[in-house]
Amino acid sequence: MAHKFKKNRSADSPGISTASLPDIVFMLLFFFMVTTVMREVTLLVEIKLPEASEVSKLKRKSLVSYIYVGKPTKALRGQYGTEPRIQLNDVYASADDIIEFVGQERDARSEEESKMLTNSIKADMTVKMGIVTDIKQELRKAQSYKINYSTRREIE
Amino acid sequence: MADIAFLLLIFFLVTTTMDVDTGIARVLPPMPDEEQPIDDAQTNKRNIFQVLVNAYDQLLVNNEVLKVEDLKDKTMEFIDNNGDGSCTYCNGKRNPNLSDNPDKAIVSLQNDRGTSYDMYIRVQNELAQAYRELRDREAMEKFGLAYDKLKDDQQKEIQKMFPQKISEAEPKNVGK
Repeated sequence: MAHKFKKNRSADSPGISTASLPDIVFMLLFFFMVTTVMREVTLLVEIKLPEASEVSKLKRKSLVSYIYVGKPTKALRGQYGTEPRIQLNDVYASADDIIEFVGQERDARSEEESKMLTNSIKADMTVKMGIVTDIKQELRKAQSYKINYSTRREIE
Repeated sequence: MADIAFLLLIFFLVTTTMDVDTGIARVLPPMPDEEQPIDDAQTNKRNIFQVLVNAYDQLLVNNEVLKVEDLKDKTMEFIDNNGDGSCTYCNGKRNPNLSDNPDKAIVSLQNDRGTSYDMYIRVQNELAQAYRELRDREAMEKFGLAYDKLKDDQQKEIQKMFPQKISEAEPKNVGK
């Protein structure tokens, strides 16, 4: 009689059910799909951003146009030397091309949005202000006044 | 099914960059009108805080050599000076050589073409920090919160008390 109530469980516990695994994986997949921002340009210049503590976040990435400044990357140094250069989109440019570049960026967006365009200057910390001043002057000529000096957040 | 999902998941995991773009936001002034030269005479000399950076990354602030670490305190002293006594919330020493009130105080920044970008950003950062700390102080006094925790209209109010006036001189070739 006693054995009737004896627990009939086997010693090895059943394995964890994997039925919900695809759900979890899909959830993660969607999370990463939504958060991913693909890099649009390949960098032709080497950039190590300066540090600053008084920074603000760049909101709305669709309304930002990037201007890169720095030395050519190692692979391109033989061809272009080590003088700092400006990169717009996927090519090296001179300061004179900036007006045209701003025009293109404006045309790519609606009239409303083009007023809110911000120019993010991503310059290497070793470049001289001369080249940055030239960029700023050209931006003023192009009447695109909002700029953002891209920096890393200082860890205090 | 799960295999495909895994594959995609790994692809997105690898390509994702989580970095947020941060930076110091500034607004450039419009190009000066050639027909209308700017009238410098209307601003009193004491209301201008002159910051010069040379090609060797040295600072000259109101004709005094200064270390970049001290720039923030000097700037705060200048803005907060309350020379004409019209600023009720300032704690300044009422130094006759510094600004009349925060509304009139202008920080004038000029750099050389040879100044390094790193130094320029550090100077900009110090100046921004000076304004931030003054605003924080007032925000604490008035609303009991730090400046960036305030609501928009409260921020505007504080901004009005300490308007950020950083003017950058027209570029000149000071010497190479």
